[in-house]
Amino acid sequence: MRKLISLILILIIAAAVFFSLREIPFGTTRSRVREYYLDNGIKQTGAANIVTSVVVNYRGFDTLGEVTVLFLASIGLSAVLYGKKEEKKRKRRESSLILYTGCRFLFPLILLFGAYIFIHGHLTPGGGFQGGAVIASGFLLTMLGCWGWEGINRNRFKITESISGLVFVIVGLLGLLYGGYFLFNFLPKGIPNQLLSAGIIPIVYVAIGFKVGSEIAGIIDDMVRCG
Amino acid sequence: MIILEIILVFVMLVGAIAAGIFKDLLNAVIAAGFVSFIAAILFYFLHAPDVAMAEASIGAALTVAVFVITIKKTKRFEEDDEKIN
Repeated sequence: MRKLISLILILIIAAAVFFSLREIPFGTTRSRVREYYLDNGIKQTGAANIVTSVVVNYRGFDTLGEVTVLFLASIGLSAVLYGKKEEKKRKRRESSLILYTGCRFLFPLILLFGAYIFIHGHLTPGGGFQGGAVIASGFLLTMLGCWGWEGINRNRFKITESISGLVFVIVGLLGLLYGGYFLFNFLPKGIPNQLLSAGIIPIVYVAIGFKVGSEIAGIIDDMVRCG
Repeated sequence: MIILEIILVFVMLVGAIAAGIFKDLLNAVIAAGFVSFIAAILFYFLHAPDVAMAEASIGAALTVAVFVITIKKTKRFEEDDEKIN
């Protein structure tokens, strides 16, 4: 009986969603914001990647909010797991030579790729969040494959996280000082498609990359050690 | 190309339903990661490489790792519905 009622309710909700969404012509141009960004994005921000110019420049304050959410999640997890005892050191099974060598070979390459993604965030697809996630997955690989959980100093994660968060906020405040509003692009824009262009966007994205990478690696580290 | 996308969408649906049905939570997590992976491929086909990179690295790799760690620390098998009701 209960299942029947829930089935009917779900069908009603599905029908409501279907009929309300049926009228919307997806894929057609309905708003002029998109045209504005495509026409003026490169001129105004100097970033060849329009997505980056929106994320860091036009909507930079929202990005600060996203970074804060991630920061709060990481701090909250640490706070919840803080009192728990660290797991007793079980004897790790030694990884085989192939796994060990493979991890040690791949780890710097993954770090390099993640750094490339966020340093070139204003030129090619990708950016701070993606590069940070790639770097965190590199740390996950070494934690699983070669050095284990003891080989990593967790305080360095916290320090990196705090410093890069501070860099983001300080760059925003400098914009307030020079241009009159938060995250104003006060550095010279340069020539589009060059590495040193787009003003503050590369600085902010490098800071976000370090922050996201150390945060996610720290979350995984916290979950494994205590919990 | 459109046929490939339709096939991918159906495979993704199968993965999503499997993630809900499996009683073995490890299998369910792997199915959810599989859904994320196919979503990343679809984002790439839809000309959104930025989103595809984020989805592939966070959805398919790091979320699965977090869930696997959690399952290792808690319970692997879901209990039957009859016991709860």
